[in-house]
Amino acid sequence: MEENEITKIAYNCRKATFLIEKKQISTITLREKLELKIHLAGCSVCMLYEKQSRLINNMVKDLFSSPDSREIRLDESFKKELQAQIEKKLNNN
Amino acid sequence: MHQDETESKKNNIDPHNWVGAHADYLYNFAITRLNDSELARDIVQETFLGALEKVSSFHGRSTERTWLTAILKYKIIDVYRKRSSGAETIQLLPDEGTEDGFFNTNDGHWKEAQQPRPFGLDDHDPLISKEFNQILQRCMAKLPALWFSVFSMKHIDDMETDIICSELNVTASNCWVIIHRAKVNLRACLQKNWI
Repeated sequence: MEENEITKIAYNCRKATFLIEKKQISTITLREKLELKIHLAGCSVCMLYEKQSRLINNMVKDLFSSPDSREIRLDESFKKELQAQIEKKLNNN
Repeated sequence: MHQDETESKKNNIDPHNWVGAHADYLYNFAITRLNDSELARDIVQETFLGALEKVSSFHGRSTERTWLTAILKYKIIDVYRKRSSGAETIQLLPDEGTEDGFFNTNDGHWKEAQQPRPFGLDDHDPLISKEFNQILQRCMAKLPALWFSVFSMKHIDDMETDIICSELNVTASNCWVIIHRAKVNLRACLQKNWI
């Protein structure tokens, strides 16, 4: 790589954060891995971004893997009506 | 009808108890993925009524709840598909050099004011997490529909990215841009609201 290209990578946080996201859910090329490594070695802000990005992924996963934990309930009248609708349909068949 | 009923019992399916047994679960499942309580209610209703018509195709290979959830998921993806088919899709996809509020246009470096700062929550403390989760949900609700759809399908259901993109009629490269921007926005929202 030419020197100005390395400089470009070293300062391009947009590209680095893009690769951080892609890496977590898919694969990135060897070249991209190298680029990211060079960038992260010199950029503590993106290192922090990566850490937080992983944290967010884990929290989103936790949050949605147990839908019951949110304890939002349908109101009872809606449920009664819905079950009545089901019964009606069962009888019609 | 009699035949149907024996069939249902054999496969452990009991529509007479569906609402009591699964409605709240399915509602929670839908609302977290749609961020719209009214729509979530409609979708749950559609799921039950749609499932009734397919009872004969349920062969007891999964539990009743898993089966209903699969039908619900299909309906949710349908909503995502509709949401992403608007003109909004195109407007949301800036290219590299475009001003996006987070990175400098010329060199791609973080703008000073947008740089990530520590959350002060890097350990997985359950008490703090609960509060953080509420902010997380509010922040997710603020994401534009298409970003939320891609984000939700990827991070919640762990679908393959190329499947998500083709389902939503988005090219692979645009899909990555959407995922990236969704995350940068979400992270910024968390930082802004968490203190």
